[in-house]
Amino acid sequence: MDKAEGALFPKLPLDQWIESFEDFLTTYLSTLFDVISNVIEFITGNFVSILEMIPALVLVVVVALLAWWLISWKLGLFALIGLGLINNLGYWPETLETVSLVIVSVLISMIIGIPIGIWMSQKATVQSIITPILDFMQTMPAFVYLIPAVVFFSLGMVPGVVATIIFSMPPTVRMANLGIRQVNAELVEAAESFGATTGQRLGKVQIPLAMPTIMAGINQTIMLSLSMVVIASMVGAPGLGVVVYRAVTQVNIGSGFEGGLSLVILAMLLDRFTQGFNKK
Amino acid sequence: MAVVEAKNLSKIFGKNISQSIKMLDQGMTKEEILKKTGNTVGVNRASFSVEEGEIFVIMGLSGSGKSTLVRLINRLIEPSEGSIIIDGKELATLDKKALRQVRRQKLGMVFQQFALFPHRTILQNAAFGLEIQGMDKTEREKRAEESLNMVGLGSYLHQKPGQLSGGMQQRVGLARALANDPKVLLMDEAFSALDPLIRKDMQDELIDIQDSMQKTIIFITHDLDEALRIGDRIALMKDGSIVQIGTPEEILMNPANDYVEKFVEDVDRSKVLTAGHIMKPPETVGLDRGPKVALRQMKEFGVSTIYVVDKKKKLLGYVTAEQADEANKEGKTIEDVMVTDLPTVKADTLLTDLFEPMADQKAPLSVVDDNGRLIGIIVRGSVIGALAGDEQVLNGNGEVNGNG
Repeated sequence: MDKAEGALFPKLPLDQWIESFEDFLTTYLSTLFDVISNVIEFITGNFVSILEMIPALVLVVVVALLAWWLISWKLGLFALIGLGLINNLGYWPETLETVSLVIVSVLISMIIGIPIGIWMSQKATVQSIITPILDFMQTMPAFVYLIPAVVFFSLGMVPGVVATIIFSMPPTVRMANLGIRQVNAELVEAAESFGATTGQRLGKVQIPLAMPTIMAGINQTIMLSLSMVVIASMVGAPGLGVVVYRAVTQVNIGSGFEGGLSLVILAMLLDRFTQGFNKK
Repeated sequence: MAVVEAKNLSKIFGKNISQSIKMLDQGMTKEEILKKTGNTVGVNRASFSVEEGEIFVIMGLSGSGKSTLVRLINRLIEPSEGSIIIDGKELATLDKKALRQVRRQKLGMVFQQFALFPHRTILQNAAFGLEIQGMDKTEREKRAEESLNMVGLGSYLHQKPGQLSGGMQQRVGLARALANDPKVLLMDEAFSALDPLIRKDMQDELIDIQDSMQKTIIFITHDLDEALRIGDRIALMKDGSIVQIGTPEEILMNPANDYVEKFVEDVDRSKVLTAGHIMKPPETVGLDRGPKVALRQMKEFGVSTIYVVDKKKKLLGYVTAEQADEANKEGKTIEDVMVTDLPTVKADTLLTDLFEPMADQKAPLSVVDDNGRLIGIIVRGSVIGALAGDEQVLNGNGEVNGNG
């Protein structure tokens, strides 16, 4: 085997191993990937279609009113102006696609992540196995996820969603675990001393009390997925990312700023919404 | 019948526990085991039994293993060795489901920091134990409300725990434990976080509740005064071992070793000991006897006053030697000269309440039972001796020896 220049030993063929593992997966699990792909495609596609059916003006007003009613009049005003601006700049369809991708990714992250977090909180061994996996998921450069996503799910919306889920799920898992573990030990003892089952202890005491922390994790996941759907435009995921990516390749500072600004408005809205819920 | 019985109960925290257990059996101390194995001995072969309706206090300083011991009783902590029997059932070997049943039906627990669920209302907190048993909402809330009424919190049902003061929160904790109608109440430093005045109220209330409901209570505390005040019996712990079990009087006046002795050194004995503990058998003369008999008896016993009783031993008064002598000379009866105005105390009167009547009169205080019969007298020397911790002034168990 070849030795890289200056290397002490012949190079480990790690890249080749990963590639043959990938070959193995694509050969034997392609049906599974097809199913996943179809499900995600179906959900996200419909989500986008439904949002597109609603007239822009109605949607802007509804979101603004919701923000006012649920959080504060200030957020309502911000939503009205911000979304109005996006609409005015002409990025409305892209914004709807991005929102759909984010919401679907976050929902799937929650469905997978929260149970894993709860499981981790109950068993030390599970925690010690999952924590390094989460570290790996979070520190791996986001672009790297795009490669297997493309290999397994080809180009388009689906690999974008899958890469986004992998990249943005860890905070939800971590915070669910942390939130449950942080519940006062005496309260857990109290529940147990009255003869609560594990389910009762979790459902009636630990999860309700961990809710603020779990919500903070979900908030983090939303922010991360928003940044990832932009990157995912490199593999053909639709949305505002496409605007930004195109602007970068054409060195078009004007449309790059417009796309970026739309993303910032979206990010702030989503962040304030979830944080506001948390405070209530 | 013993409701809770612990035999050789041990808890060791750490690895390779069986080796440490062996060391315990060889009589090695907590420190030696820590040095050799790195394991901490939480509880060292504790054995005791708690009778029905008793308040059994487990007392010790922090680190003595008392909180671990109470958690071994409901197996919040798994014992390393030994057996724990609740109401005739061995707990140590039960599977999870059966253990839950015992916890639901027989045991209630009250915590030091109250451990109320902050997201639930007072009523929902009190109903928690019944809720997890699957009782329907109206029934469990009715019972929880009764329980809250009993501790005087009937008007706070829909508040959250954070809105209540510490004393009130602990009442909720007590109501929550009582709502299940458990046979045994475990109280882990339940009043330690409260102000002294509120603590005293809660202690009184606990004694009242115990009187009316006849619960068996295992009470953990680091406060000796509290232990002496509410405990029917006290187990004193040090380094995970129980060093003495006994009534408050036994612990106070008859410490098992230097540690206990040092521990009880500063206790205000006047608030623990009663008239019954220090009274002496009285010298009496029947009303139907003449003054001559009275005089002769005084001479025989070497006393200067003698108590006059009727045939049923009911206390009528006393005569001094001078009075008897005077009656003898002037041909009067005892009845004519005896002093009938004399304060009496009951056998359960605390020493601290004896000082005032004692200051008001010269003759020894007389102790009578509920029917007015004279059962003992108290001389000043006994009171002072008892306060000084002199065991000899005690008559054993608070009863007067019949013929002494």
